[in-house]
Amino acid sequence: MDLNLTDEQRLLRESAERFVAESYDADHRRKMANDPLGFSPTVWKQFAELGWLALPIAEEFGGLGGSAVEIGILMEAFGRGLVSEPYIATVVLGAALVERCGSTAQKQAILPKIAEGSVKLALAHSERAARFDLAKVATIANKTAQGWRLSGSKIAVLDGHAADEIIVSAHIRDQRGASGRIGLFLVSAQTPSLVISDYVRLGGGRSCNIELSDVFLPEAALLGDGHDALPAIEWAIDRAMAALGAEAVGIMQVLLDTTLEYTKIRKQFGRPLSANQVIRHRLADMAVQVDEARSIALRAALKVDAEPVQRARAASGAKAKIGRSARFVGEQSIQLHGGMGVTEELEVGAYFKRLVAFDTLFGGSAHHYDRHARLGRTTVPA
Amino acid sequence: MDLSFNAEERAFQDEVRGFIAKNLTEEMKRATALTPSVFSDPDVGMAWQRALHARGWGAPGWPVEHGGPDWTPAQRWIFETESARAGVPNVNVMGVKMVGPVIIGFGSPEQKNFYLPRILSGEDYWCQGYSEPGSGSDLSSLKTRAVREGDDYIINGTKIWTTHAHHANRMFALVRTSDGPRQQDGISFILIDMKTPGITTRPILTIGGDHEVNQVFFDDVRVPVANRVGEEGKGWTYGKYLLEFERGSGIASAKLREGLKAIAELAESDLTGRAIDSPDIATRISEVEVDIDALEMTELRVLSALQTGQNPGAVSSILKLRNSEIRQAVTRLGVDVIGHDALAVEPMRPLYQLNHEPAVPEEMLTVVPEYLNGRAYTIFGGTSEIQRDIIAKMMLGI
Repeated sequence: MDLNLTDEQRLLRESAERFVAESYDADHRRKMANDPLGFSPTVWKQFAELGWLALPIAEEFGGLGGSAVEIGILMEAFGRGLVSEPYIATVVLGAALVERCGSTAQKQAILPKIAEGSVKLALAHSERAARFDLAKVATIANKTAQGWRLSGSKIAVLDGHAADEIIVSAHIRDQRGASGRIGLFLVSAQTPSLVISDYVRLGGGRSCNIELSDVFLPEAALLGDGHDALPAIEWAIDRAMAALGAEAVGIMQVLLDTTLEYTKIRKQFGRPLSANQVIRHRLADMAVQVDEARSIALRAALKVDAEPVQRARAASGAKAKIGRSARFVGEQSIQLHGGMGVTEELEVGAYFKRLVAFDTLFGGSAHHYDRHARLGRTTVPA
Repeated sequence: MDLSFNAEERAFQDEVRGFIAKNLTEEMKRATALTPSVFSDPDVGMAWQRALHARGWGAPGWPVEHGGPDWTPAQRWIFETESARAGVPNVNVMGVKMVGPVIIGFGSPEQKNFYLPRILSGEDYWCQGYSEPGSGSDLSSLKTRAVREGDDYIINGTKIWTTHAHHANRMFALVRTSDGPRQQDGISFILIDMKTPGITTRPILTIGGDHEVNQVFFDDVRVPVANRVGEEGKGWTYGKYLLEFERGSGIASAKLREGLKAIAELAESDLTGRAIDSPDIATRISEVEVDIDALEMTELRVLSALQTGQNPGAVSSILKLRNSEIRQAVTRLGVDVIGHDALAVEPMRPLYQLNHEPAVPEEMLTVVPEYLNGRAYTIFGGTSEIQRDIIAKMMLGI
């Protein structure tokens, strides 16, 4: 039992924090907010050079074989700078699904390219009617003589506009009809009749909706051998939630630090705001919640390879709890900044919006407390 | 980074489990489960203390030369966790965990030789004389006065919230020996024999119906100066040192988890008509469970820091604050889970020795008293408001 960082992890944290502090400032963030891509390809190249894109990928596929704890260290630093590069989409979701579900040939073809920064991925899974239910997929993949024909609508695809390949989930239907299995399909962004409508994502970066109407794909587009991919999707999204939790901790820490500084400087009625007990206690509560979020995010990271129920409960528990503390810390940061907190002139709002986006991604607190509760029951109600 | 235990730690875990299996009787377990106050009654608690002492585990935090077992922080965590899981008696902490460390840190050789073995063996039973009717959170405003007369102090005043004063044969107390420029000055730390003439004890019943705390009166109580620990007027320093122990003993999550488990079992049982089928109850159980998970991780982070000699800082206030709040959330949930049966009051004590059939199933007997008495968790040992002040000052520097 040891929760201290190793020397390597400490170095990773230092270099990530340094990189973010040097490359990411208010000007950069404002530029990115108005950028059609929403992030900087130059920064993405630097991520590759620093080895961050290779971090979780196995060594045999050009990766570094890092763990979820290292991903969390990186994500916390990304949170501090509100990094908008498509790291979750490409590395945490995309590479993980290819590594878990793909054939050896697919892994060899894709993973080294992710590691070197030349291929970006995205996962198109969510659908409007499914809300946050991962098992609910209406998109259909019909088996054809030449390969596959996909039809359906996907929403809230993280960074889909920037992906070279989009991993699309669909129910497999073959000659015998519906198979009851969900398959994952690699769809090139260049595929004709794929309609990608991207939009500015709350809190930075971009997301998109995707229409697939009779999208024809070759046989080899199916990731792996057609086993039901739902357990893999749940696994990958649990990992993504653990990583996002760490990112939220970084964001909350910045808001706490910034708000604390402000209450020391800002004077009303002849004394600093921080001289008032009501303010001091509010800040204490914020600090406690940031610390709890840090603990529960770390727990989720340490449990990503546990058996599925334990892993899922750790991920959902963390997502739910951090979502709630993120809203509290974010809202109170604005409150304590007063009127200025509501304006675009300070960056408090930008950090707050990223926290709101965090809480919503893959399901809000209510959904995840509910999932945690359902998975935790020892008996199933009649 | 790793949550699992190494081979040595697993072997120690087996050793602790073996010890508990051999020494924890069904009667002790039942008595503990049916005690809705903080500590077990002395007959139950001290039986466990004697068993621990016989094994050399009577004082986990003490240095080896005074009888401590020389455990690593991880071993302490394993010991506390296994103890909570098994439901061992809640030994009154006033001796081993509170006055013991102060005597070790600041006592004379004579005091160490006399008192420490008697704490370990359970021969002495201690209570704490800190709070006064006029001094709660503002503890250093205390007024109980000790006036020097030859080789004695003459003590006059009163102490309140004195846990188990009606059982204790000794008290450690903060008394005013002089008036300094600051109210923290002039306080001394004194050890008092409870049989000394002039001491009277008045029981105070808490709202759950339990007699755990008291008010103690001192009327010209003569105590030898030799019973003062450390220097005269430095008692505040020693007392604060002890409060750090009270707040930061730091291993509370396992006990909270057992408490929640008992409530969750009731919620899944036909006894409550399956309260868990209410989505509100199910979700609240999850919320509390996740809060416990977070607290446990914070405890383990502190433990890891301690293992490598780092100072975990003001985190003991976070642990105290969250432990007390989560404990209240567990007991609040309990009342909601048992539904109709929350209306039944059982006035007799102890609950494990009733001579009549109670109105509700035995596993529900402590639920309402624990909720009611449990309101005290965010008050004693420094209120939650005081903890927030400490966090603001020590962690945030404001």
